[in-house]
Amino acid sequence: MRLGSGTFAACCVAIEVLGVAVFLRGFFPVPIRSSSGTEHRAEPPAPEPSAGGSSNWTKLPPPLFGKVVIVLIDALRDDFVFGSKGVKFMPYLTYLVEKGASHSFVAEAKPPTVTMPRIKALMTGSLPGFVDVVRNLNSPELLEDNVLRQAKAAGKRIIFYGDETWVKLFPKHFVEYDGTTSFFVSDYTEVDNNVTRHLDKVLERGDWDVLILHYLGLDHIGHVFGPDSPLIGRKLSEMDGVLMKIHTSLLSKERGAQWPSVLVLCGDHGMSETGSHGASSVGEVSTPLVLISSAFERKTGDVRHPKHVQQTDLAATLAIGLGLPIPKNNIGSFLFPIVEGRPMREQLRFLHLNTVQLSRLLQENVPLYEKDPGFEQFKMSERLHGNWIKLYLEESYSEVLSNLGAKVLRQYLGALGNLHLSLSRQIAQFDAYSMAVGMVMVLEVLALLLLSIPGALCSKAELEVPLLSPLFSLLFYLMFLALSAVHVVVCTSAESSCYFCSMPWLMAGGVMMLISLLLCAVVSALTKMSVTVKLPSKTSAHSSSRWSELDLLILSGTVGHVLSLGASSFIEEEHQTWYFLINTLCLALCQEVYRNYFLGSDSGFQQAPPAEPGLDGAASVLPFRDHGPSRLECGRMHEAPSALEMPRGCEKWMALASPWVVLTCCRLLRSLNQTGVQWAHRPDLGHWLTSSDHKAELSVLAAFSLIVIFILVQRGCSPIMKVAMALGLVGVYCYRAAIGNVLLPWQQDNKAISKGIIEARFVYVFVLGILFTGTKDLLKSQVIATDFKTKPVGLWEIYSALVLLAALLFRPHNLPVLVFSLLIQTLMTKFIWKPLKHDAAEITIMHYWFGQAFFYFQGNSNNIATVDISAGFIGLDSYVEVPAILLTAFAAYAGPILWAGHLVNYLSSETSSSSALSHACFCYALIGSIPVCAYIILVTSLRYHLFIWSVFSPKLLYEGMRLFITAAVCIFFIVMDQTKLTKS
Amino acid sequence: MKDTDIKRLSYAHLLCIFSIILSISIPPFFLENFSILETHLTWLCICSIFVTAVNLVLYLVMKPNASSKRSSLSHKVPRFLKSCIYFLMSCFFFHVIFVLYGAPLIELVLETFLFAVILSTFTTIPCLCLLGPNTKAWLRVFSRNGVTSIWENSLQITTISSFVGTWLGALPIPLDWERPWQEVLVIEPRTLYMEAGAQPFDLHPLPRFFLTEVWPISCTLGATFGYVAGLIISPLWIYWNRKQLTYKNN
Repeated sequence: MRLGSGTFAACCVAIEVLGVAVFLRGFFPVPIRSSSGTEHRAEPPAPEPSAGGSSNWTKLPPPLFGKVVIVLIDALRDDFVFGSKGVKFMPYLTYLVEKGASHSFVAEAKPPTVTMPRIKALMTGSLPGFVDVVRNLNSPELLEDNVLRQAKAAGKRIIFYGDETWVKLFPKHFVEYDGTTSFFVSDYTEVDNNVTRHLDKVLERGDWDVLILHYLGLDHIGHVFGPDSPLIGRKLSEMDGVLMKIHTSLLSKERGAQWPSVLVLCGDHGMSETGSHGASSVGEVSTPLVLISSAFERKTGDVRHPKHVQQTDLAATLAIGLGLPIPKNNIGSFLFPIVEGRPMREQLRFLHLNTVQLSRLLQENVPLYEKDPGFEQFKMSERLHGNWIKLYLEESYSEVLSNLGAKVLRQYLGALGNLHLSLSRQIAQFDAYSMAVGMVMVLEVLALLLLSIPGALCSKAELEVPLLSPLFSLLFYLMFLALSAVHVVVCTSAESSCYFCSMPWLMAGGVMMLISLLLCAVVSALTKMSVTVKLPSKTSAHSSSRWSELDLLILSGTVGHVLSLGASSFIEEEHQTWYFLINTLCLALCQEVYRNYFLGSDSGFQQAPPAEPGLDGAASVLPFRDHGPSRLECGRMHEAPSALEMPRGCEKWMALASPWVVLTCCRLLRSLNQTGVQWAHRPDLGHWLTSSDHKAELSVLAAFSLIVIFILVQRGCSPIMKVAMALGLVGVYCYRAAIGNVLLPWQQDNKAISKGIIEARFVYVFVLGILFTGTKDLLKSQVIATDFKTKPVGLWEIYSALVLLAALLFRPHNLPVLVFSLLIQTLMTKFIWKPLKHDAAEITIMHYWFGQAFFYFQGNSNNIATVDISAGFIGLDSYVEVPAILLTAFAAYAGPILWAGHLVNYLSSETSSSSALSHACFCYALIGSIPVCAYIILVTSLRYHLFIWSVFSPKLLYEGMRLFITAAVCIFFIVMDQTKLTKS
Repeated sequence: MKDTDIKRLSYAHLLCIFSIILSISIPPFFLENFSILETHLTWLCICSIFVTAVNLVLYLVMKPNASSKRSSLSHKVPRFLKSCIYFLMSCFFFHVIFVLYGAPLIELVLETFLFAVILSTFTTIPCLCLLGPNTKAWLRVFSRNGVTSIWENSLQITTISSFVGTWLGALPIPLDWERPWQEVLVIEPRTLYMEAGAQPFDLHPLPRFFLTEVWPISCTLGATFGYVAGLIISPLWIYWNRKQLTYKNN
């Protein structure tokens, strides 16, 4: 089967998108959520079940405790309390744990073991997934149902002292708070003193219901000195003192109170052997959980081995303890020992409430919930419970009642355990099987692309994809059978839920077929390669010596960028990589331009001496760096020694200056938006412009930018389109003026700010109109074979429509980005690419690099927070999902898209070679998919990295999105290519 | 003839390397608290002076281009002045390039400029010594095969490797280094706030001293290593390729 290399590349990228989608689905498990979502209707609590007769207990049971004090010690590992350190340094607590009225557990934290997700887990009872982060982009506030929200709704007074993460999560929940920052890790006394200093007063006052203390000192000591430092012991003693103080005060206050109080000691996460945390080693996930209250029975025996529970169990326990409804998304079961002393009816009631909540969550998240053992058990125990109530209401205090009660209790506990198991299975960590399937697909496609480079880049731009030969069909069937067998085995034995297994069989079979097909293609390409390499080994050796500095730079830049993705700092600062690369690229081009103009057709260029390749690759990447200065200086001093055949005068000077203009533009853009992490706080032009004091400057800049955009864009359009473009750009300014970003000269800021819907829609009309006309011109050029002129015009009109849309969606201070993008494109086309006659592959990669750099020039970064969501609301009354997503995506990726658009324009209008577009398409696909593949492998191997959720995962989403855009661009390419083919 | 030339070349290069080593080892006897990293700018000045001095001495002693011209003093002075101007121009030119590469424009001007000076020392001064303020000769040496002696060849190699060293030296700038001042930072809050989707900069200012302390160090060290590597490589390379190397000695 013969395919054009463009079509082939587009197919490959499409398959790759599929693979990445499967991978992402496996990497980001969908969290379990109650369908009632974030709106908080007060649902009536589940009434007590009863068979026949009606129970009169439909309200929530009364609270068990009057006051709750939660002492959260950051990075408190279980052996600090229950181990030898605890005995040595925390005598009071050890006494309480062993002899006092307390219950102690080892609570298991789920990775990532860092503070914020752990606090969320403790308070909501659910495990925060990464998808949540994406969902509530710009608000650090915890929107899910949680214990503190319920407590506030019930009128409880909550006081908080400690890590300010809590204040960010619960901004309006505390009647009093004092946040300490965990910024300075070397400070481990002051942070804790800032918490403790409030303690005496607050304990004395007693006008609160919930007191939360979050101590950071231990974590800081762990980070700096490790878990074996003597400082740990001192800190633990200090904490023991704090606990003693709180406990004695609680006991003394309790006398007159209606309900007893409870003191909860817990850790958010543990500490590894080196003192850090974030991953899932035993030390990091094991935290102690001690509940101390006079309501509990005093223990007599020595309990040294506490029960293992989940960290999420605390939320339900607290809710029940305070007499609140259990948070909707809770997946934990409450700690039963705390109600052991209560009457049987209450115990059963609590268990019932918890199971009802869990089973409701299960019903909403699992389609086959009725077959779940936990759910069946729940139904049975509910029935039994009803019988028990009936018996109880008939007032038969007998042996039968307590026997039956014990049975119901056991049933309930079993149901709770099973429900918890099936729910946590849903959010089991990484779905390794789906990830593997996705990864295999992506890697096979990349291998195929890499192997077909020589074929695809030959002058015919066609390549043989051998899919039908009988040998490979045998391999294909074998492969397919083996994969299907693997699929069946994996899916039947899977412990945790797996997305790929839950797909319909037909679809999974299709994917398997695709994988084996790709494998066959790779194998056949390999064999073909080995055959061809053996025969003409001479030509390949010859071709490698013809690599220019530019090619070497492109190669080393690509490799370097891919390698840099392995380090979290390089991902955070990826913009620096791209700026660095395009700067070097500009200097390389500068050197080429100067050589072209001053040395002319230097004979030495053709017959490079054999000595040159002796320099190693890295060294010869950069010879231009030294040519630049010397050339420039001599260029300024001596008037053109050898530029006889070159254009002279103004044009020449423009050509010589153009690389420097491009470099200056890049430098200006760089200071427009500071992005990344390390230097993001530095003042930049963007912030200066957007501050309200500089509105006038911003207005002038925006107006000027729009005018320049018009000047740069109009040259390729037909007269009517020029008018449309001008009106559209005026509309953009009116829109910005209407929403109050910029000023109109005739009305000074006394105008009410509107949403600017009419103005924005006015612009949309022009965008669509220009797009439509452009498409019409393209079609016309196809029908009328002689009409060579309309096709470039049509393409340029489509491009200018995109520019207009970008001008509307960009924030006004970002309009210079658009201007410079157009300016650089014009300069490069006119003075660099055209005269220097680069081939399509080089031009494509240069466009790709500039596109990537402009993505960051816009102010984007690899952090999700920098996505400009406001672009999705322009011209819309309310949030409409599909257009909002499309507009946001376009606004975020405007840089790469516009550069790709310019590439199509340039190649179809400037080059004569018919295969340029398919070469470009192939290169674009290849250069776009290399980082994705490498990154997927990297992320898989780094999935327990401390920064996996904060740095690597957002980047993974960005990469997925970029691949998707690449696929769209490739399809656009082959559509353009097809029109060309049919025409000729 | 050729072997003796190569020998002379390698002695000259060894002297240059020795001058860099001296610039590290001598100052501690005279200056308090001297270290390359802590008092980096001082070291840059000293290193620049040493390398320049050694290059000048080598030029005067060895006379590699063996100009047969009867050079009078009246001829030498304008030549020297011209060379100085060239050197200054190259410093400013490099400074501009660094700013274009993203070095801060207003802050840290001294650091950036000294970086430009040291790079000029490694590249422009040998060129000036060997070729003089003669742009045509420069053009010839740095075009593909215009080299006419092993001296020019080694000049080409050291210059290129200095630039490559500088270029590679810029790579580690975005990294979080485990420097003492960085230990006051907890990694955690940043991670967490970003997890919550908040902008890191509106939550807490990250320390501003990164740039002030580190900025040119990695690049200057890269340049120095590149220069030294070039000095070592070029005689070896010329020695290995002495059969193939034929110079159009005119």
